[in-house]
Amino acid sequence: MNIMNVDYTTKIPNNVNLTEDRQVLKALEGWHPGYLDWWNDMGPEGFQESLVYLRTAVSVDPKGWAKFDYVRMPEYRWGVLLAPQDEQRLVNFGQHKGEKAWQEVPGEYRAMLRRLVVVQGDTEPASVEQQRHLGKTAPSLYDMRNLFQVNVEEGRHLWAMVYLLQKYFGRDGREEADDLLRRRSGDEDAPRMLGAFNEATPDWLSFFMFTFFTDRDGKMQLESLAQSGFDPLSRTCRFMLTEEAHHMFVGETGVSRVLQRTCDAMKAAGIEDPNEIERVRALGVIDLPTMQKKMNLHYSLSLDLFGSEVSTNAANFYNSGLKGRFQETKIDDDHRLTNDTYKVLKLVDGEITLVDEPALTALNMRLRDDYTEDCAKGVERWNKVIEKAGVNFRLELPHTAFHRQIGEFANVQATPKGIILGDADWRKVRDDYLPSAADGDFIASLMTPESEPGKFANWIAPPKVGIDNKPGDFEYVKIAA
Amino acid sequence: MTVAVIKQHLIDPEICIRCNTCEETCPVDAVTHDGNNYVVDATICNHCMDCISPCPTGSIDNWRVVTKTYSLEEQFSWEELPKQEEVAADTSSSSEAVEALEDEINALLNEARKGLGGKPVAPHSASKPTVNLYNRAKPAIATVTGNFRLTDAEASSDIRHIILDFGQLPFPVLEGQSIGIVAPGMDANGKPHVARLYSVASPRGGEKPNSNNLALTVKREQGGVCSNYLCDLPRGAKIEVTGPFGATFLMPDDPAANIIMICTGTGSAPFRGFTERRRRAMPDAPGRLVLFFGARRPEELPYFGPLQRVPDKLLTKHLCYSRVPGEERVYVQDGIRRQAAQVGELLRNEATHVYLCGLKGMETGVEEAFAEACKAVGLDWPNLKQTMREAGRYHVETY
Repeated sequence: MNIMNVDYTTKIPNNVNLTEDRQVLKALEGWHPGYLDWWNDMGPEGFQESLVYLRTAVSVDPKGWAKFDYVRMPEYRWGVLLAPQDEQRLVNFGQHKGEKAWQEVPGEYRAMLRRLVVVQGDTEPASVEQQRHLGKTAPSLYDMRNLFQVNVEEGRHLWAMVYLLQKYFGRDGREEADDLLRRRSGDEDAPRMLGAFNEATPDWLSFFMFTFFTDRDGKMQLESLAQSGFDPLSRTCRFMLTEEAHHMFVGETGVSRVLQRTCDAMKAAGIEDPNEIERVRALGVIDLPTMQKKMNLHYSLSLDLFGSEVSTNAANFYNSGLKGRFQETKIDDDHRLTNDTYKVLKLVDGEITLVDEPALTALNMRLRDDYTEDCAKGVERWNKVIEKAGVNFRLELPHTAFHRQIGEFANVQATPKGIILGDADWRKVRDDYLPSAADGDFIASLMTPESEPGKFANWIAPPKVGIDNKPGDFEYVKIAA
Repeated sequence: MTVAVIKQHLIDPEICIRCNTCEETCPVDAVTHDGNNYVVDATICNHCMDCISPCPTGSIDNWRVVTKTYSLEEQFSWEELPKQEEVAADTSSSSEAVEALEDEINALLNEARKGLGGKPVAPHSASKPTVNLYNRAKPAIATVTGNFRLTDAEASSDIRHIILDFGQLPFPVLEGQSIGIVAPGMDANGKPHVARLYSVASPRGGEKPNSNNLALTVKREQGGVCSNYLCDLPRGAKIEVTGPFGATFLMPDDPAANIIMICTGTGSAPFRGFTERRRRAMPDAPGRLVLFFGARRPEELPYFGPLQRVPDKLLTKHLCYSRVPGEERVYVQDGIRRQAAQVGELLRNEATHVYLCGLKGMETGVEEAFAEACKAVGLDWPNLKQTMREAGRYHVETY
């Protein structure tokens, strides 16, 4: 591709009038080659030439944002799309509540806002990097396509954040935009900003767990940023949420299909006890206790993403009208929180206790609680799959104190039931609660690719419906196109 | 005795992940939820289809033909969708067109009609169709009484004219309807093959008047289970058929109706039916039939020979070839552009109906050509398209 002659008006579908915004267009033109280099270096490995049946958003109305067609990923049209502007929109919380929503960055909040955008932006390319090896072991073309869809949409989310940086934050913004391409997941010298985004995603079960648990953190963060008084951020995040829903879908149904397959295989083999791990594994499927351990790991890593339970940063973001609560406008209170309290789980004299904290500083905790509730609903739907299959086993979210690196419980070890253990005791039981190296090896041993249309690897059930209503044998990825 | 039926929009609770996208998208707030399920309020939903494509799961695209709608409370309590009840009802009295009673077939039809950009509506003057008289569990058995190659022996594509006879079995079809075929045997996963839809290429009443048969136009697809099965059927073979399906892509019965037909390849099938129907039932109709038919070369254009013998008085033909050596490539949209004045004039006329049938993707070029033709006569195509669709005058079936 001749980068000098890229037609940006067609290359970047946008509803922000890029053609007439010369300065931003120029900045994006400058950034684009670096982005493509990054995508080619760090994007899905080995499938850049394949034709993938992808959904591309070309506008934000319901009919325009789900155009399906075969696309080579590097030619995907990463657009800059903001949800439609509501002229009447107000700042809905904090000390500026009732003012007209800001169309430009308020000077006093410039640094804070930039920080919010950069942290969110940094997670987007990170997950693409974490997942770049997975194409090679996809359990079906259907799953491979879903992986790539997630990847290109994370790429688009990066574009969305970079647009904000370049449009509203001047030279600082441009430097931050370049840095988003410079950091690398897991890199010792220039790691991604948040812990969970430096962990490996070694196998497909991890990918499904990641999209269910970690992308759901993304959903919560985007939802609370969508409340922002800074209108362009709000509109960007609202549109990103519609795409994030697809990622939740991939995670929830992915795990659900693994559970289905395991339960079906157990039933067919006459295995009643889910704890007969070796017998279940001999069937070439992933045993339910291991599923629980993977869940423990990904849930606890994702909880860390919400930061400290009590945080003055969170209070400042809220008070300034920059980041609200989950579904802020649907909450029935004064939206200022100056005199309210919120119950926060803390470690007091070695005991896990609920303590009243000022609601403003407890906002991270509150968002995390909303997150947990959202996760629990999905876990219940997984349990229904197990129950329907007639297997006696229940998955459960571990206790908040379990396996934490950040916040109140970072310095203690607790079991999934919330019982605090000494280090020696913890070491003895660790492998009962978290995936061991041997568990990882077993899962890795199942990761053999299946690339015939309509076929699925033995450890996972086919989906109930295809993407875009396609039939079961649809060729979602033309690998050697 | 029959009762009125309603086509009700439902969300599959087993597939839905409760992401809230549909509720966010719905322009009339017909979608709501409780702690258990996301559901559609049948008293509000106007079938605008805005929620369909944004849904990440496909759970949104479910429909049941019912005599009494499921209430919100019933839907909240579901862990799975109820089965389609056997509705012994007069589907023609429904306020919504009932195209089929099977999810699998509805999904195929919805997909084929995406290019419409909204709810399909039958022409007001169309005859009332019968749908889903036969299904997978209870198929009709037909006998193959003809199977001829339509494309030149030298042509790379093998397109066939296949005649199916129903003997004494009632199988009433209208022009524009489809039938379902399920190839016998199992797929790689040991499941029955998926159903395929084929447009009927003959008019009501059969290949010859009052012959209880119908014709299909089938292209042999490389590796295609169903198309190869059909193309290889010998005369005398028995075959299982479901349907008929479709209640909107139908021919206006009004002799004054102008019909613009645009097709590529086997998309010509319904238009063969339309043309034959006009010739048989109303040969002196004042309404005009105009055909834009695209193929690579004359040798690959199905029904090329017979089409030459159709008089211009009955049908205005614009054949568009994209691969004739030494000649400019002409696609259907180019054909329309060349006739822009005539097309624009027809589009201004409220008696004009437009039908597109053929390969998915053809809509884009055709609509661009329409937009140009419209502009020249002071019309706005996007508005006109919506007006025509809502009046049952714009139809798309692309695969």
